[in-house]
Amino acid sequence: MIEVVNLTKKFDGVIAVDELSFRIRQGEFFGFLGPNGAGKTTTINILTGLARPDSGSIRISDRDCTNNPKAAQHLIGVVPDDSNLYPELSGYDNLCFCASLYGMRKIQRQNRSKELLATFGLEEAANRKFGGYSKGMKRKLTIAAGIIHNPRILFMDEPTTGLDVGSARQIRLLISRLHHSGTTIFLTTHYIEEAERLCQRVAFIVKGKIVKIDSVSNLLQPVLGKKAMLITFCNPIMNLYEKFERTFPNLKCESLSDAQVRVESMEPIYVGPLVRFFEDNGSEVMEAKRITPSLEDVFVITTGIEVNTMRKEREKPHSIP
Amino acid sequence: MRQWIAFWNIVLKDMRAYYLKPPNVSWGLIFPLAWTAMLFIKSGQGLENILGLLPGVVCISILFGSTSMLAVTVTFEKKNRSFERLLLAPIPLSLLMLAKTGGAILFGTVNAFVPIVIAMFLADLSTISWNIAIPGIVLIATVSTFLGLFIAVSVSEVFEAQTFSNFFRFPMIFLCGLFIPIASLPVFLRPLSYMLPLTYGADILRGAIDGTNSMSLGLGFIVILSFCTILFYVSLRNINRKWIV
Ligand SMILES: Nc1ncnc2c1ncn2[C@@H]1O[C@H](COP(=O)(O)OP(=O)(O)O)[C@@H](O)[C@H]1O
Ligand SMILES: [Mg+2]
Repeated sequence: MIEVVNLTKKFDGVIAVDELSFRIRQGEFFGFLGPNGAGKTTTINILTGLARPDSGSIRISDRDCTNNPKAAQHLIGVVPDDSNLYPELSGYDNLCFCASLYGMRKIQRQNRSKELLATFGLEEAANRKFGGYSKGMKRKLTIAAGIIHNPRILFMDEPTTGLDVGSARQIRLLISRLHHSGTTIFLTTHYIEEAERLCQRVAFIVKGKIVKIDSVSNLLQPVLGKKAMLITFCNPIMNLYEKFERTFPNLKCESLSDAQVRVESMEPIYVGPLVRFFEDNGSEVMEAKRITPSLEDVFVITTGIEVNTMRKEREKPHSIP
Repeated sequence: MRQWIAFWNIVLKDMRAYYLKPPNVSWGLIFPLAWTAMLFIKSGQGLENILGLLPGVVCISILFGSTSMLAVTVTFEKKNRSFERLLLAPIPLSLLMLAKTGGAILFGTVNAFVPIVIAMFLADLSTISWNIAIPGIVLIATVSTFLGLFIAVSVSEVFEAQTFSNFFRFPMIFLCGLFIPIASLPVFLRPLSYMLPLTYGADILRGAIDGTNSMSLGLGFIVILSFCTILFYVSLRNINRKWIV
């Protein structure tokens, strides 16, 4: 469905996208996971015709789109990272207008717009100006506008970034439904759990390069069966790592912050001895929690990027420049 | 067919969202009225010279009705990113830009008729050759719009687009031979006059309205059409090079 070979793009000498090659099958849910500035938006812009590659080739649905992005534009829908609808038009008028850009006839446009407003729970806001919508409503209408013409392939650039938890959950649900109805989806995100939960195949992208690309189940293979526990202390703990290793040769202990450690093992971890060990050594345990190793662990191992830096980005308010 | 649905809806959306807004409509009326009144007072002539003033007033109305519109329909939409949605649509860039300028051409043409309708009550317009005047008006509206487009895609801020369009408009009004005959301009300014599309447009209108044109009408039409073509294609090239990076 999508075939990209050696795609490269520089901006004033800075390499934004570096020799990317990947393939997306029809009906697949494919994710690009990477931190800010990794080149996710640039890749989407090139694939959809908003930017030109310096080199490489692109085929979408058996059409060569490398120098002619218009060739496949009727097949694709795009949900940009920032809404690009018309603030002065109502939600309904925005959708009808977007439908007309794909040559839909008036009755079709009106029916489809009403249908999508209902699907996205925006019926009551249909006649209000888009400019006055909340962030979550804006994102929903932007997705609705992206799928107004029933595209076979949908590109979504960080669709849940900057939204509250509730809206993000609703949007993930809508995206899953779209995928189940047969749409091929290319999604970018810097939320690791989001990629794990939604995507079938994921590429880790860092500094414009794909460092790993595989199905989520294959990616999770190395951490399957691993047990882990998160221990939080009341006060900063001292350096007990050597002593810990001597006491528990089968466990691996890693510091996450000065009052939190993560203990990992391929065997069951018993809480009692652990808590006793720390308390005997003068560190009062506040909480010990079992966690299931996830794509997060794989991402950290593969890319060397601290999960905390990805988390911090997430908490940054999403501002429009 | 699909592309024409898109074309027509882009024109309609721009009209509804921008052109038919009260400030635009009232300016479209006030400007021509104010210019007409001013020229009457300045010329000190009676009503019998209406036909002599009409070409100038019509030109100014068109120019002000069309050039600056692109600052909104193009520069502003580029800035707030809604222009990207148009670039993502499966329509060729040339058709897209014709749609984005179509509204301004129409608006400029309609503006031209404001002074004409007023003049109808004050003078006998039966001598005007409409078969020349109407294509002339449409062409002037087109060339002013494309000039506005050229400016709109060369800048990135709305105020820049507006400032630059004045930078072109005011000299054009004074150098196009409507108010000061080109023959009485200082010698060094005369070549400049002939480089401005409005000079040819004004001459066509004079020919159509009172037969006082100084160049052949055919030449006028050819020159304006060439201006339109060049301005349009240079603008398309700029969009291609600067906005699809
Ligand atoms: N129009 C541009 N001009 C200059 N540099 C750009 C432009 N767009 C992106 N970049 C640079 O390219 C890199 C990748 O950016 P981007 O694709 O937006 O990353 P992401 O979407 O993954 O956060 C960044 O270093 C960014 O600064
Ligand atoms: Mg991005």
